[in-house]
Amino acid sequence: MTQELAAVAEPKQASLLTRLNPLRGMNLSSRFWIALVIVAIVMLLGLAGFVYPTGSGEKVGSLYDAPGNGLLLGTDNFGHDVVAVLMAGTRTSLTIGLVAGIVATLIGVAIGLIAGFVGGWVEELLMGFTNVVLAIPSIIVLILISISLPQSTIWSLAIVIGITSWPWTARAVRAQASSVATREHIDVARLSGARLPEILVKDVLPYILSYTVMAFVLQVSGAILAEAALSMLGLGPSGTDSLGTQLHWALAFQAVASGAWWAFLPPTIVLTLVSFGFLLLQASLDEVFNPRLRRGKKKQMKKAAARRAAEARALAEAAASAVDGSSRTRAGESA
Amino acid sequence: MKLGRYIATKTVWYAVALIAAVGLNFLLPRLVPGNPVDVIVSNLARGGSVTSEQQKQIYDSFVAEFGLDQPLWQQFFTYVGKVFSGDLGTSFAYYPASVNGLIGDALPWSIAVQLPAILIGWVLGNLVGAIAAFRGGNWDRSVFTSSLFLSSMPYYCLSILLLYGLAVVAGVFPVGGAYSLGSTPELSVSFLLDALDYYWLPFLSLVIVFIGGQAVGMRSMAIYELGGDYVNYARAMGIGDNKITTYIFRNAMLPQITGLALSIGTLVGGALITELVFSYPGVGTLLFNAIAANDYPVIQAITLIITVAVLLANFCVEIVYGIVDPRIRAAKSGEK
Repeated sequence: MTQELAAVAEPKQASLLTRLNPLRGMNLSSRFWIALVIVAIVMLLGLAGFVYPTGSGEKVGSLYDAPGNGLLLGTDNFGHDVVAVLMAGTRTSLTIGLVAGIVATLIGVAIGLIAGFVGGWVEELLMGFTNVVLAIPSIIVLILISISLPQSTIWSLAIVIGITSWPWTARAVRAQASSVATREHIDVARLSGARLPEILVKDVLPYILSYTVMAFVLQVSGAILAEAALSMLGLGPSGTDSLGTQLHWALAFQAVASGAWWAFLPPTIVLTLVSFGFLLLQASLDEVFNPRLRRGKKKQMKKAAARRAAEARALAEAAASAVDGSSRTRAGESA
Repeated sequence: MKLGRYIATKTVWYAVALIAAVGLNFLLPRLVPGNPVDVIVSNLARGGSVTSEQQKQIYDSFVAEFGLDQPLWQQFFTYVGKVFSGDLGTSFAYYPASVNGLIGDALPWSIAVQLPAILIGWVLGNLVGAIAAFRGGNWDRSVFTSSLFLSSMPYYCLSILLLYGLAVVAGVFPVGGAYSLGSTPELSVSFLLDALDYYWLPFLSLVIVFIGGQAVGMRSMAIYELGGDYVNYARAMGIGDNKITTYIFRNAMLPQITGLALSIGTLVGGALITELVFSYPGVGTLLFNAIAANDYPVIQAITLIITVAVLLANFCVEIVYGIVDPRIRAAKSGEK
C-alpha cells in the first residue's frame, strides 16, 4: 500500500519541480546556456575595469612590451596596459551596444507596430520609407554622418548607430503586428473604447514581445560591430578606448606584422565572442519560440512515443492477465 | 500582380532609394560646421608646406568646383550634374589628382576580391546548409554551430586571425599588400601570379564568413520546408525521397535569393575593413586614408559608388526573384 502511494507521489514531485523551475519548462538547449555564459563573461570583463588597479590611460611601459613583468598582456603602442585598455574598451563597446540597441529597437518597434496594425496608406508609407533606408548600406550612412559630426563621443556614436539600424526590427515587427491585428481580442479592446496607443501597447505588444527581445539582442551585437568597424576606419569616439579603437591603433602601428599578438588578439577575440555569444543567444531563443526549429525534440518525441507504446503494451498485458486470472477464479468458483 | 507591374514598382522604390542616397551623400558633408574647404585649407596652412598664395588658389578652385558661393539647391544640381557626367571632382589630400583617377586605381582590386567571394560563397554556403538540414544528427549540429560561429565572426576579426596565423606565424602567405614591392600593376602573367599570392588571404577571409552566413540561412529554411504540409502529403502519396528533396530545395532556395541581396551590402561594408587589415590597395584602404586626411571629395565619391553598386545589385536580385517565383508577385502586391 505504501509502495503504491510512493509510486503515485513520484511523478507529482517531478511535475512540481518542473513548475518551480520556469526555465526547465521552456526546454532550453545547452546552446542557450553556452550563449549566456559567453555574454556573462564579456560583461564581467567590462565591469572588471572598475576594480582593476591600472587605469587605461596610464603609461606603464614602452611600445609593445611583451607580456610578463607583472603585465598579463604587455603594453600597446602607447605603452598602456593592454588588460586595462581591453576592460575599458569592452565597457565602452557594451555601453554603445546597449544604447544603440535600445534606440534602434524603440524606433523599429514603434514604426513596425503602427505600420502593421494600422495598415492602409500609413503602412505603405512607413514600409516604403523603411525599405529605402534598408536598401542603402548602413555603414555608408554611418560614415557620412560621422564625418559630418564635429566630434564624436560614445553617446553621439551610439545614437547615430541606433538611428541607422532600426529598419530590420521594423520589418520583423510589422509582419507580426499585422497578424495580431486580425485577432478577436483586438475587436473587444476596440469595442470597449480603448484608444490606439493603448491597444498597441496593451494588446499587440505582448504578443510580439518575444520577437522584440530577439531583435534587441541582435541589435546590440550589430551595434557593437558597427562601432568597431567605424573606429577601425578612424571614425571612433575621440579620446575613449573601445574595442574598435584598440584594433585601429594596433593596425596603424603594425602590431600584426611585427608579431605583437597581445595588442590585437584580445580585442579580436572579445569582438568575436560578443558577436557569437549574442547570435547564439538569439538562435537559442528562436528555438524556444519556434518549435519547428527544434531538432533535438524529434529524438525526445520518439523516446516518448516508444515509452507510451511500452506502457500501453504493459497495460494491455496486465489487463489480459487480469481477465485471465478473473476468469480462472470464476471458473474455480463455479467448479 | 503582373510581372511588368512588379518590376515597375520595384524600379520606383529603388529610384527613391537612389535619390535619397545621393541626397544624403550631398547634404551630410555640407553640414560640417564651417565648410570642408575651410577645414582642409586651414589644415594645409598649419602644415606649413603651402604658401598663402597657393592656399588662396586652392581655396578658390575648391569654392568654384563645389559652387559653395551658390545657394544650396543650385549646389545640389551642380553636384548631380557632375556626378552624372562622370566627374567626381578633385582630391583635397592629393591635390590636384582627380578623384576619378584615384578610384579607378582602387576599384579593380576591390571588385576582384569581392565578386568571386560573393558568388562562390553563395553557392557553397547553400549547398552546405542544405546538406546539413537533410542529413541531420551530429553532422547538422557541427555544421550549424561552426557556420553560426563563422557567420557571426566579423569579417575583419577573421582577417586579423588569418593574417597573423597564416602569414606572420606560418609564413605561407605574404604579409599584407597586393603585389611584391618593386613590381608595378600591369597585365602580364608574372604580375598576375605574383598578385595571386597576395590575393588568397583577403579572398578567404571574405568567402569563409559569407559561406557561414548563407549556410545558416539555408539550413533553417530547409528544416522549415521539411515540416511543410506538402512534404507530408507527398510522403503520404508515396513520392520518393529524391523527388521530395528537389521540391524542398527549390522552395528553400527562394528566400536565399533575397538573402543574397541583403548580404551584399554587409559584405561590401565588411570588405572595406578587410582591405584595411591586409593593406590591400582597394577602395577600403583609399577610404581609410581619405578619412584620415579629411579628403571629403574622395569619401563622398566612395560612399556614392558603394551605394549605387549595392542598390543596383539588390535591384537585379529582386527582379530575378520576381521572375523566378510567381508567388512573390502575388504576395507582394500588398506589401511594398
